[in-house]
Amino acid sequence: MCDSCGCGDPHKVSLDVQERILSVNDRAARHNREHFATAGVLAVNLMGSPGAGKTAVLEATARRLTGRRLGAIAGDLETDRDAERLRAVGVPTAAITTGSACHLDAEMVHAALDRVAWRELDYLFVENVGNLVCPAVYDLGQAVNVVALSLTEGEDKPLKYPVMFRKADLVLLTKLDLLPHLDVQVEAVKDALARVMPDLALVPISARSGAGVAEWIAWLEGRRGALVPGPAAEAHSHAHPHAHPHA
Amino acid sequence: MHEYSLVAALTRKAEEEARAHHATAVTCLRVSVGALAGVEPELLASAFTLCREGLLAGAALEIRNVAATWACPRCDAAVPVGAILRCAACGLPARLVSGDELLLEQIELEVP
Repeated sequence: MCDSCGCGDPHKVSLDVQERILSVNDRAARHNREHFATAGVLAVNLMGSPGAGKTAVLEATARRLTGRRLGAIAGDLETDRDAERLRAVGVPTAAITTGSACHLDAEMVHAALDRVAWRELDYLFVENVGNLVCPAVYDLGQAVNVVALSLTEGEDKPLKYPVMFRKADLVLLTKLDLLPHLDVQVEAVKDALARVMPDLALVPISARSGAGVAEWIAWLEGRRGALVPGPAAEAHSHAHPHAHPHA
Repeated sequence: MHEYSLVAALTRKAEEEARAHHATAVTCLRVSVGALAGVEPELLASAFTLCREGLLAGAALEIRNVAATWACPRCDAAVPVGAILRCAACGLPARLVSGDELLLEQIELEVP
């Protein structure tokens, strides 16, 4: 019986659902997350505008993080050019061509896992479709969200796209080598970010000059260390009291 | 433009509920959309109007917009939208209290 408008119509039923509209995607994302956690793979969802430098960041990462096994899933509307660039620097990569879809979802990522030997990796980078809006809405099962924001996009982008930056665990301010040629202040980007990203984390970086790459890699390694209690971390878990600081 | 994929998820859910309750039609869907959910309510509404069919052909979509609110996780002081998202007193990063909802709250069914 209808009790929502008070008409008392016996043929109307009001049902309380209270469910996330994206619950199907959320379930698939949880499934992916379990996969990654069990295998000890740090899954990184890398988002950002088209041309922000996502692929360039991954290329620079691959060149510097040589002791780790990296793999990638690269989403694009058309072509698998990003995947080709990543394979060229030795990163096995599965391309997802989304056609017209503006984002990756958890099921697409799960399907792509068949095409990359992810269980043997230390890091799986998911390079999302270039877009500052839609990818932020879909959980993929990643451990961390990283947003690449290029200096050339201007300092107000975080304020215009708060949804994506709120979800970021780290923002990479890319194309730092262009700073002398632009009227953009890193401090202004930081200020804008602090208004949308509560636990502000920003690393200015240049894939071309290599500036900031070491800091980015240290951040990644820190996150990976927190995920997998590897031999180094276990060695620290001895229980005797001691005064010396660990290196 | 991911609103169409959201509408697909929404209508699938509503249809499942309608079938489970042997409904002859869905007359209304009530959803809540937070300001930080990443969804444009107007686009969602127009995508819904274009895509509704079958049991949902005559359904209305009521959207409740939920504003973003932030607060300190320790002292609960409100941190206004647009301000630096850190508690001025405690120094802790603010916590989102509301504004990321993307919920199907209620559906109204016609039953025999």
